Order: sequence, then structure tokens, then C-alpha cells
Amino acid sequence: MKDTATGPTTAVSNPPVQPMKAYFDTSDIVRISATKDVPQPTRQLEKLAKLIDVSKCIGCKACQSACIEWNDTKPEIEENVGVYENPHDLTPNMFTLMRFSEWENPETDDLEWLIRKDGCMHCEDPGCLKACPAPGAIVQYSNGIVDFIHDNCIGCGYCVTGCPFNIPRISQVDHKSYKCTLCSDRVAVGQGPACAKACPTQAIVFGTKEDMKAHAETRIEDLKSRGYDNAGLYDPAGVGGTHVMYVLHHADKPGIYNNLPENPRISPLVEGWKGVTKTAGLAVVGLAALGATLHGLFSRGNRPDDHDDQAAETLVVERRDPENGGHI
Amino acid sequence: MAPRPYYSERGDHIDGKAPVTVSRYRGFTRANHWVTAATLIVLAVSGLALFHPSLYFLTNLFGGGQITRWLHPIVGVVLFFSFLLMFVQLWRLNMPKPEDVTWTTRIGDVVKGNEDKLPELGKYNAGQKFVFWAMTGLILVLIVTGVMIWQQFFGYLVSIPLRRVAVLVHALAAVAILLVFILHVYAAVWTRGTLRAMTRGTVTGGWAWRHHRKWLREIASRDTKGPAE
Amino acid sequence: MTNAWTDIKNTDLVVVMGGNAAEAHPCGFKWVTEAKAHRGAKLIVVDPRYTRTASVADYYAPIRPGSDIAFLMGAIRWCMENDKVQWEYVKNFTNAAFLVRDDFGWNDGLFTGYDEEKRDFDKSSWDYQIGDDGYALTDPTLENPRCVWQLLKKHVDVYTPEFVENITGTPRDKFLTICQMIGECSAVDRTMTSMYALGWTQHSKGAQNIRGMAMLQLILGNIGVRGGGMNALRGHSNIQGLTDLGLMSNLIPGYLNIPTEKEPDWQTYMSTRDFKPLQPNQTSYWQNYSKFMVSFMKAMWGDAATAENDWAYDYLPKLDVPSYDILRMFELMDQGRVNTYFCQGFNPMLSFPHRGKITTALSQLKTLVVMDPLETETANFWQNHGIHNDVDTASIQTNVYQLPTTCFAEDEGALVNSGRWIQWHWAGATPPGQAKHDTWIMAQIFQRVRKLYQEEGGAFPDAILNLTWNYEDPDEPTPAELAREMNGRALNDVYDPADDAKVVAQAGNQLSGFGQLRDDGSTMAGCWIFSGSWTEDGNMMARRDNSDPDDTGMFLKWSFAWPANRRILYNRASADMNGKPWDPTRKLIEWTGEKWEGYDVPDISPTAKPSEVGPFIMNQEGVSRLFTRGMMRDGPFPTHMEPFESPMQNVFNKKMRGNPVARIFESDAARLGTSDEFPFVATSYRLTEHFHYWTKHNVVNAALQPEFFVEISEELAAERGIKKGGRVRVWGKRGEVWAKAVVTKRLRPLICDGKPVHVVGIPLHWGFMGAAKKGFGPNSLTPFVGDANTDTPEFKAFLVNIEPAAEEPVA
Repeated sequence: MKDTATGPTTAVSNPPVQPMKAYFDTSDIVRISATKDVPQPTRQLEKLAKLIDVSKCIGCKACQSACIEWNDTKPEIEENVGVYENPHDLTPNMFTLMRFSEWENPETDDLEWLIRKDGCMHCEDPGCLKACPAPGAIVQYSNGIVDFIHDNCIGCGYCVTGCPFNIPRISQVDHKSYKCTLCSDRVAVGQGPACAKACPTQAIVFGTKEDMKAHAETRIEDLKSRGYDNAGLYDPAGVGGTHVMYVLHHADKPGIYNNLPENPRISPLVEGWKGVTKTAGLAVVGLAALGATLHGLFSRGNRPDDHDDQAAETLVVERRDPENGGHI
Repeated sequence: MAPRPYYSERGDHIDGKAPVTVSRYRGFTRANHWVTAATLIVLAVSGLALFHPSLYFLTNLFGGGQITRWLHPIVGVVLFFSFLLMFVQLWRLNMPKPEDVTWTTRIGDVVKGNEDKLPELGKYNAGQKFVFWAMTGLILVLIVTGVMIWQQFFGYLVSIPLRRVAVLVHALAAVAILLVFILHVYAAVWTRGTLRAMTRGTVTGGWAWRHHRKWLREIASRDTKGPAE
Repeated sequence: MTNAWTDIKNTDLVVVMGGNAAEAHPCGFKWVTEAKAHRGAKLIVVDPRYTRTASVADYYAPIRPGSDIAFLMGAIRWCMENDKVQWEYVKNFTNAAFLVRDDFGWNDGLFTGYDEEKRDFDKSSWDYQIGDDGYALTDPTLENPRCVWQLLKKHVDVYTPEFVENITGTPRDKFLTICQMIGECSAVDRTMTSMYALGWTQHSKGAQNIRGMAMLQLILGNIGVRGGGMNALRGHSNIQGLTDLGLMSNLIPGYLNIPTEKEPDWQTYMSTRDFKPLQPNQTSYWQNYSKFMVSFMKAMWGDAATAENDWAYDYLPKLDVPSYDILRMFELMDQGRVNTYFCQGFNPMLSFPHRGKITTALSQLKTLVVMDPLETETANFWQNHGIHNDVDTASIQTNVYQLPTTCFAEDEGALVNSGRWIQWHWAGATPPGQAKHDTWIMAQIFQRVRKLYQEEGGAFPDAILNLTWNYEDPDEPTPAELAREMNGRALNDVYDPADDAKVVAQAGNQLSGFGQLRDDGSTMAGCWIFSGSWTEDGNMMARRDNSDPDDTGMFLKWSFAWPANRRILYNRASADMNGKPWDPTRKLIEWTGEKWEGYDVPDISPTAKPSEVGPFIMNQEGVSRLFTRGMMRDGPFPTHMEPFESPMQNVFNKKMRGNPVARIFESDAARLGTSDEFPFVATSYRLTEHFHYWTKHNVVNAALQPEFFVEISEELAAERGIKKGGRVRVWGKRGEVWAKAVVTKRLRPLICDGKPVHVVGIPLHWGFMGAAKKGFGPNSLTPFVGDANTDTPEFKAFLVNIEPAAEEPVA
């Protein structure tokens, strides 16, 4: 990988050991959940990306281990249920997970064991952030990192519905949503994500998105030379591209990698909910409330008159029908 | 026991004669109504807080976002059961009647207050029945979709695609129920003399004559006490 | 490893067979991915299971456990038949041209000289024809029918692709594709590396598996070159150091031998160790044996070791049997012939075969001392853990002492990696609780034993009383002191043999290499091969300069590699007969006309002329051996042998079970299963989530792979009605285990001899102590049989049966 990144890279070089100033901070936030008109930062950080080369990954779970260690989470010691995935799914204590699929290539008749590191993709257009009702619970920095600010999280789970990749998990302990932070705390001080640091085969690399794409090109070329004609980069446009990308040997069939979405996008339902419904709904309710209040209070109103009172008295007291005079 | 009255509840009766007042809701029903109303308002406020960021500040009323998130569905369940209780009491007289069609087709006269051009009505007019059934339907939708997105207890029981449908439907139903609610309150206020039915429990004879004449007639007809008294 | 981890990036073809590098050596495996990424190297995996390594391989072929020799001999045959031979290399750098005695032969699966009674060969016929001058006879044309090349050709002739397919179950087309890929590496500009591990060693003919590949590599000209070599991937971070330092029961440090009872005196001992060259001009470096040995004894006994007392030769123990390996020790223990067992950094209860026998053996002990950082199963063998350790505690009278030790991260010292790099490391944490360094504990024991001898005397106190113990703190020798001692120092001034006046090492100074060792008592060195690791310039092992001129992967300034900081053994063989590199783009060393120069420390005398001195300087021949004379107990060529428990009979000799000279005790022979009762082949292995039996104590690793399981094919699962994730019982002749079933496409039945062979995979990381779920390991089932040459147990191929089990454990 060429060393052109101005931002920090890892898995290749060691980070500085001296204390260093954070390389980005809250002033670099470009989007905040449930917040309109976020003041835009004066500088634009270089876009970062983590590149996961599935063709180089050996499924050793060092990334999972590093993730647990760095984030100090405590995943449960579960049972074996006949598969290699442990824990069995992403959890509030397991932000990344190796997913294993045994796929028989119909063209070669050979078995392929496809191992994909699952976790937050750090979408350029993050569905979680769009869905989140809590101001400031989810933020996006100008380098592309999407981070959960747990002090602001209310645990509603809307981010789960917003995410096209089924990533966030809500803790049943503190009722907050958890996912990969792209190690924003490490990245800010010149270290790359813990998983990339731990990856023994450098299947996980980290740097500027531009560098990562260039690196991916060399990997794809190599894979094509080995007969993987459909090797390619997974950087789905439907979510504006992602800051976690995959090199896939079969980029034409992302679904075989344990249901990696073919064309991920924020669900139209979520878009509808958080778009037109939110705005129009509030407008309609607001207008109705306003109109009703004004008219209900200040119009003359529908008021019974004396005639009505007399009629009632006639009916009730005199027991005569006020309309035809006859007894009832 | 006498046959069930057609336009009124058994308990509806003439409460006073000078001037004439008619008992419309007994205490239990009124309490039931106000519990429902209160929960609906809490739900509306907490729901709106989570619905639109510009209203998120409303979460402060409940002690913050986490508590709001925790409270909203619980209050929802209270509302559901409270409304259910009301439903049992009110559904019968809210069943549609032929005159509802006439009333509805003359909605212009309703708005103008030309009561004399409208048919005589039982305890509820078609508008009130609409509110009742709209509330019933929307509360059902809201409780079902609400449970589907109730992260704390049912978070992983429902698939994510289904939850996406649920959040949207929940939001749409919430908007709708707010509109119905507004209509309900507006109508109660615009139709002067209505509110006391849910506060004091009685309405004036004139009000009853003007808006729910068949209801009044039926009650009056079974008021056995003589005029001399 | 002949080469280094970092050198693997230089290869064109990686063959992982008898190992699972990605799974068991994920960090080292990065060099494979480097080779793939930067050289376009290809990766071949041959394994009974489609492993994690296979998941990133370019080509995978399955193989029946324990049939590797057939595969490898088949590959050699294919290369010979298709002229995929690096001829110049074979003719000049191997013993292909050497003539073998006329009475040597092979018949019925056996080489000449077999004695069924003794389960041993008379190996006298397995030797060269020696001329009157004492040198071996050769035929450089390779045409003499008695030359090694012709004998090898004849030996491998039976291993046709059809034969190989029949024995190994590897489909013929896959076998041939692999032969083709391997064969391409006979070109001088293409190299292949062999990465293997316990998948080859843990067989009753493990050493012969490795021989097979080594021969193939020699035929391809791939030994001594960048990106080539025979690369044993060591399992523990310091298991290489263990063998280097002579922790084998028959070795002393530096691969010197402990004397046997047949060698009662120094003269007899040395009489078989003159290592006279078998060709003119050859180095035969072991001719210096006496220098290494005397320096070792001077390190042990200092002034008490004198020329007069034959350097205290009498102090050395004399073995009455070839070795006291673990199998023999536990056999003796089982017979009630061992009182006390010191178990240091070892978990025999789970690590050794036939756990039932290990348990009864431990129960016979009076005293068991366990030195370990962890609560091992061995230390708790007497605890009842239901089905997971169903012992009768009350009937076990063994006293168990647990001495908590520090672990590697709490120690300072050196670890030797697979590439022979001795890397110094520093303590990263303070020991917890009462944990003590192993050196402290050993020092305490030694001092107390010495005191007892001082006070009470004894039959032969000299070896104890005279042991050199001149450490600054006798209670705890420091790692630095021990390392300096291993490197060795001059006791008197050491002179240049060519110039009596020139002092090469002053008395009291650290030696700069084993070239300065002397057998006159003027030097001492605890481990001659480590000489040069701590010189007058300081601790070479602590060097951390990762400069690597021209990206050769040699990293000469990073730590220290034995011998002599050499990174690729036999590197002289990377150049042709004129001393020019076979592949100029992969130059290692080169003959300048006067001397050898290059990126690595030459593995030859710097001024030895390329046309005269052969590259394999440790061998008396000066060349490598395709034919090993009598140096291996089970034959000078590898020959196919079945595992002791096998679904097939040996096709060469139906009466032959396993390796005919492998060591097996009588009681264990009676406990071998047969395929009619146990129809499935089991193999044991490790998973990347765990390290042996350590990491099950760690909550992180335990979460990543929580529970014991076995792997079976979908076909076997269907046949036995086993569901994915269901509970199964696996049993063999020696025991039973319960496990979860992982039903996978990565295992497929193999067709051997026309019949399907199902493989049951049994990973080994679980026990009844630690954070992970309680479970079993394969060693409740494995046979108590050792390799003929190394006594390594046959963990990789045995027979079992399998059935679905009830969900609840059977009490």
C-alpha cells in the first residue's frame, strides 16, 4: 500500500507512542441525528475507509478478539450450535463477527468457504442516523466515521430499522445501541481500528478511502489473475458508498457471503417514515390543531337556543311533544 | 327487565327539570374517559417528542429520552386497556343507523349549524361514531405495531423488514389518531354545552333537544315521574 | 525450519500439507499472503479437511489421514517420469550418484534386515559402497542400477497416480494437477516451500512423512534457496527452543547425545562420533563434536571438568533405553514404577494419548508436582467432574503440589521461533499472586538438594556438588546470566588455530561464535548452537533493527538466528557449481572468486571453493541425502505404511500393522481397535480461536469458541441420523467423548480401495477446567503409539465410531 495517506493508517505502521493531539474531534461532525442545519465544519477531513479483503481473510477471529479487548466488552460464553460463528450473532457486546458460508461454486463444482467479517459499514448516507429520534445520539464525522454517542442514546431501536445491514444491537442492560465505532477513539490519535491492527494477514487494512480503493484495485487484479473473473470492490452506491468496504472474489453475488445485501439502501419505508411522514404528519397535525383551536374557540359555536330549552322542557316537564303538541 | 332501549343507555336519565338537565355519562364512564384522554395526551406528547426532532425537547417533561422511550409503550398499554373498557360500554350505541347516512350527506348543514335540516338522532351522531370507530381502529393498529417495535421486550421477536413496516404504520396511525383527537376536542368545544357531559356528566335539555332528540325523547318517554311533581 | 517465516514471501508455490498454517499459525501465515500478493504465488492445501488454510488456497485436495507418504512418493515418481528435476542440483548437491550396497533391498513393504521379534531392522545393508580410500563410491552419470537415483526410481515406481488415488482417496485429477504445479518448481527460477506441522509429525511414521517432502524438495532444487525449504511450523512459541536446549530425554543442549550405557567412557562415546567425510574435501562439521561436548561439560562443571577426568564424563547420566520419552514415562508410571513426577509447563492429562491410561498412571504416583501458571487438568486429575472426569477421588492417594509459575508475558528471556530466531523479550506484566519464575523455583529446589548432599553425602554427590552455580543471586539466576552461559565464554585465552600467536578470544570474554570453541578446556558454552547470541558486543537476541537490504526477507540485524545468525540453512545450495545464484533475482550468497558474499551468513566456509566443497556441510557426504543410510529406524526411503488403526490393510503386506518398528507397549497393542468395530477415521487438530489448553481459561477466547465439537460430513451425518448442532457420542477402543456435531461440506467421504472412508474431525481445546464449557478432547480416544524415530504419538489417525446422543449428559 502506498504511503500517501495524510490521515493515520494502521496494520502497516506502528502508531506514535508519544501523546498526540486528536486528529479529529466534535468540530468535524457533519451530521447529527435528529438535528437540522448542523453547522458545517470549516475543514473537510480526508475520507477514511477500512478495507476488508475477504479473499485474504482466514477467519481467525483475531479481529473479534481485538474488538472485545479494545472496547472492553464481555460477550457471553455460549454453546456450540453446529457452526463456527461465536457469538452466534452481533450483540451489544460483540461489534464484529466472522460469518462463515460454505458455498459450492456451480462453475467449478469446488467448495468455497467464504468468511466475511460483519459489522458496521459506516455508510456515507447512514440509515441509522436518519432513523434516530434522539438528537446527538448518532453523529457522522467528515472523514466518514459514523459513531454512536451513548450519552444521548435512548434505546428505542429505530437505528435497527434504519440500518440496511442489520448491524446495531440494543443492550438489555443499559438500553443503548451498540455497534462498531471504526475505533474512532483510536483513529483520532493516530491508531487504526483494533481489528485492522490485529489482523495477521492484513485482510483488514485502513487508510484514506482513496488509498483503500487503489489498494483494492491491486487485489482485484490479483484475484482476476487467479480466475476470479468477477472479483470486485463492494462499496455500495445505494447508501452513498461505505467507509467499510469489501474485496469480494464474487462481487457479482454478494448474497453468497452470508446475505451481504446486493443493493443496500435505506428502506423506502424508513425514508418515507423519516421523510414525508415526519414532515407532512407534523404539518397536518399542527395545522389541524391550530385551525381547530382558532375556530373552536373563536367561532360562534353551535349553541342551543331558548327555543331548544323550551322544547326540552315541554317534552320533559309537560310530557308533550313540542313539535306536534301531542302527548308523548 | 325492560327491553334494552334503542337510542340510549339504561342509565341515561332526566337529572333535573328546572331547568331540564339530562344525565349522559355516569361517573365511572367519565373517569374512564379521562384516563383514556390523559394517556392519549401523554402518548401524543411523548410520541411527538420521538416523532419529530423539533419536539424532542418534550422528553424533558418525562425526565429525558431514555425515560420517555421507556414510558411511551407502557402508557400505550394503559391506554389500550382503558379504551377497551370504554369500548365495551359505548360500542352498542355507536353502531350505524339509517339516519347516519342522511346526517352525513347533509354535512354542510352540520357545519353551518342548521340543525333543523338534520334528522333526529340518538345518543351519537355519525361524526361521534366516526371518532369512536376511528379511535378503536387506530388504537388497535397502534398497539399492534407498537408492540412490534417495543425494543425493550419484543426487540428481536419481529424481523427487521417487518419492523420497518411497523414503524411507518405506527407513525401514520399516530398522525391519524391525532387528527381524530383534534376533531374530537374541536367538536366538543364547538358544539357548546358538550364538555359538561364529560365533566359534570349532564347536558342541558336544550342541548339534548337540539343535537340528540331521539335520545332525549327515549329518555323522556321512560321518565315515569308525573309532570305535577 | 530450514528457512525463516519472513522468507516465505519469496516463494512461488506454498504447499501446506501436514499442517494448517492459517488456522494454527495465523501470524506466520501473513508471509504466505505476502507471497501471494507480491509474487503471485499459489497456495496448495492437501488435508483431510477443507481447512481455514484451504479457504484461501488456490488449490485444495483431500487426503486420507495417515496416507501422506503414498502421495509424496507419487509426486516424486511423477516428477522423475516427467523430467521435472533440477538435474544439476540433484547430481551435485544430493547423494543421487552414491552407490548403495548390493544387499540392500525392499520387499513386502519392508526393507532388508527386518527382525519381527525385536521389531527392528538390522540396518547394516542400508549403506553406501565404500571404496578403499574410505570414501563412498559414486556414479555421476546416475546410470549404475545401485546408485541412489536408480534405487529411488525403482522404489517409487509402484506409486502410480492410480495407486495413490486408491490409497489416499485423493481424486486422480486433483493429484495430477498438484504434481504439475509442484513440477513447475523444478525450474531454477521457481521455488516451492513446504509448510508442515503436527499433521505430519504426529504419525507412527511422522519422520518419514517429512523425509518424503524433503526428498521432493531436493529433487526440485528447493533446499537452501530463497522461498524454498522444509519449514516445520512449531506449535508453541518456544518449542524450537525446547529441542535446541535438549529437553528431549535423549539429548543435551545443541543436539548432542546423552550417553548410553553402551558408552561407559569418553573414548567409547567419541569413537562413533568422528564424522569422517565420505567424499574428499568435505566439511563434515560434526567433526567438531568434541569441542561442543567438552565446552558443554565445562559449562556444567567448570574446574571440576578436566582433561584428566575426561571432562567429568562420568557425571553424565547414561541411558539404559534409547529414550525416556513421555510414552515410556507414563507406561512406567502406569506399571507403578514411578514415585514422583515433576510436571513443568505441561498438561499431560489432556496432551498425551489415551487419557484413561494417563489418569490411572497419575493415580499410581505418590507425589505429583505441577508447575504451571494455570489450573491444569493434570493438577486436578483427582477431581470428579461427572462425565468430564469420572474418577473415584477417594481411591486416589497421590499428593499433588501446585507451584504457580509466571507465564511468558511476565518473564524476561528468549523464545526461539520456527525460523530459529532467538528473540529476546521483556516482562510485560507483574506476576499475579504467589506466582514465581520457573528459574526461581528450580534454583530453590537445586539449592536444597545440594544442601542435602552436602550434609548427608550420598552414593554419587559429585555431579550435584560440582555443578557450576556462580550466579549473582544463587536464589534466582537471571535470564541474562543464563543466556550468557549458553553463548559461552573463553576460560583461557583462545588462539587462532592457524596462528598460535593470535588471540581470538581473551580469557573471561564472551565468545563471538561456536568457531571459537575448543576441546582443550579453554572454552565453555551451555549450548553451542546458541554461540554468538550474547557476545562481547552484547545481547544479539535483543536487536530490533528491521532493515532488510533489497527486501530479501533476511533481516540479519533483527535478533539472532542460530546457527551463526544464518537465516537460510544450506544457503550455499542457492548458487550453482560456479557459485552463481541459480536465480539471479533471488540471490542469497555468491562466490566472488575469492569468497562467499551476499545477503545471508554463508552456510559454508567463506573461502571454500564452490567446485570443491559441497553445500551440506553438516553431512559427511557434503551433499544432501535422498537415501539416509541407517540414520532412520524405519528405512532409508519412506515407504507407505498404514496407521496402527486404519480402515485399510497395508497393500504391500497385509500382515503389517502400522509402522513395523514404531514403539508400542504390549498393553497398548491389546487396546488397538479395528475398522469392523470402529469404521470411521478420526483425526485431531487445533482451532485458531484457541491455543492448546491455555486459552480456554480466557473469557475472550472462550466466547469465540465456547464448546467442544466434532466435525463430520453431511453424508456421515445422514448415515447416522446426526443433526447439525446435535449432541453425539464418539467412542473408540480406549474411551468415549460427548460433543456437539458440526455437520459440514468441508469434510467429504473419500473413496479408498473402492470403499467410502468417513473422517471425523476432533479439535482438542476443551477440558474440565477454565472459562469455556466443560468438554473433552481427542486424547480420550487416541492410541498410545509413538513414531519410530521420535516417539511422537499418533494423534492424527485413529479409528472411532459415532452416534447421536441424548441431550443430557449421561451421568
